[in-house]
Amino acid sequence: MTRSLRWKGAAFSAPFLVGFIFLFLIPIGYAVYQSLYSVQQSGLGLGGSTTEFVGLRNYGQGLTDPDFRSALIRVFLFACIQIPLMLAVALLMALLLDAASARVAARFRPMLLVPYMIPGIVAAIVWVNLYSPDVGPLTPFGRLFGFAWNFFSPAMVWPSIGNLLTWHGIGYNMLIIYAALQGVPRELFDAARVDGAGELRLATKIKIPAVRPALVLTGMLSIIGMLQIFNEPMIFREVTPQTVTSAFTPIMAIYNEAFNAGNYNYAAALSVILALILGVASFLFYKLTSREVA
Amino acid sequence: MPTNTAARPKGPVIRKAAPAPAQTRPPSRSNRKRSDRFVLAGLALFALYSVFPVWWLIVASTKDEAGLYQTNGLWFSGMHLWQNVHILFTYDGGIFLRWMANSFLYAGVGSLGGTIVAMAAGYSLARFEFPGKKAVFACVVGSFLVPSAMLALPLYLLFSSWGLVDTPWAILLPCLVNPFSVYLAKIYTESAIPRELLEAARLDGAGELRIFVSIVLRMMTTGAATVFLLAFVGTWNSFFLPLTMLRSEQNWTLTLGLFDWTGLRLEGQDLTGLVLTGALFSIIPLAIVMIAMRRYWKTGVAMGSIK
Repeated sequence: MTRSLRWKGAAFSAPFLVGFIFLFLIPIGYAVYQSLYSVQQSGLGLGGSTTEFVGLRNYGQGLTDPDFRSALIRVFLFACIQIPLMLAVALLMALLLDAASARVAARFRPMLLVPYMIPGIVAAIVWVNLYSPDVGPLTPFGRLFGFAWNFFSPAMVWPSIGNLLTWHGIGYNMLIIYAALQGVPRELFDAARVDGAGELRLATKIKIPAVRPALVLTGMLSIIGMLQIFNEPMIFREVTPQTVTSAFTPIMAIYNEAFNAGNYNYAAALSVILALILGVASFLFYKLTSREVA
Repeated sequence: MPTNTAARPKGPVIRKAAPAPAQTRPPSRSNRKRSDRFVLAGLALFALYSVFPVWWLIVASTKDEAGLYQTNGLWFSGMHLWQNVHILFTYDGGIFLRWMANSFLYAGVGSLGGTIVAMAAGYSLARFEFPGKKAVFACVVGSFLVPSAMLALPLYLLFSSWGLVDTPWAILLPCLVNPFSVYLAKIYTESAIPRELLEAARLDGAGELRIFVSIVLRMMTTGAATVFLLAFVGTWNSFFLPLTMLRSEQNWTLTLGLFDWTGLRLEGQDLTGLVLTGALFSIIPLAIVMIAMRRYWKTGVAMGSIK
């Protein structure tokens, strides 16, 4: 490639690069910078405030902050249950769709993708109302069988959010897994059938191993998304502020520190900690799941 | 895709009465039939689970207040949809329509700009060699791991010092720089634009800009449509950025407005009926766009699974 062609080629990247510098690199750098400072109220809080360099003190405070730590643990435990469950359901859906005839699959697929078309906030609003004892159909449905469900009680609020996330997420994840399944050569299945494998064995021994990379991908995306969960608990907070506290999830804690407490510096430090955790979690997950494949 | 039925057995079309053991398919017919029934039942169950909340939402938005609270939620009772729509569109000086227009503006204009920027960058990364190219691509992939809050907070501070907070620019500018779009655009270029074609165009004396506009963009309409669609849906659904950036009601998006109305319950003002009709109307435009362009988003999602 000639020199001038190289520069012309690089020029096509320029608009993105400029934007990336201003909207990604500078903000990230600014967050790190901010996290090293703290606003000090002078004296009685009357004489204004001064910003001073405090080094890693905000980080020390963040790592020992009981609210932030319990938010992290809460979301981590939730992720350990919800993500495998949702992926299992999505996998089962993809396998069923794959086992059905093309005509049946074409009829069911659009219905299974309906939740994917709903904005996250709207999905949360719909489910909060389905759960509601006043307008929702689920409470009378439970009473029919003698259950007195309260979907917003402290013990039920995570299962309630989990069901909402599963409902909202299975369509998209099913689509990725199904696409991977469709990429597997059909002759492989026919050969196994000839050898006497039933549909169940076919699924567990051939189809599931074949879509492993897709499961790793969906798992990774789900972990990244889950650690940043914000929208759904925010809607639940509007119904039960006593159960869903202002620092219920890490991002909620950060948002609360920044915009309700006005503590930008501390919030910046928390967001850097969360970014590091996110990076480490993704790296570990990738290492753990790709070791056997390689 | 209803055309590839030939690829798979359609079920028992020809069946002989003789119980001769099948030669190519050892599992018995009845076994296969049972598993077919199992598949059908499973799919029906999942379809029911997926669709019933939306069904409930549609039913709820046809009811008046009394009907909403007192009748069975899964079936109709009176037809008050037009009343509800009228209330929705006139409440608070028609603010809901304003939010809808804002959502269209942010998602439409932002995604259009973002798609053009991303197509150019993807083309450059896929078909040129230049110093720093690897670093640019590393930035693209690395940024997937940056939490939304880590960007939104400092952006809020920077934008407020530039006077952009609470203006449409606070939402539009971040839309222009979408690393995931660049990533998709790069993959599409690699698969759709042969190097030889570019060489030939250069030999014919076409300028680089002309090659990009009249060859690359034209050959990548499908890819560009996918990138646009995914960005549109992402912006239409976005919540965290608008929540941090937009203060005054007139600039809000649909998601922000519905969130606010839901929260009024805590202040003793129950807008449930309004929220539900609003929720339905926030889905409709998105559903229309997605159904009209379903060919594209399916390839987009499948594309994500390749990598």
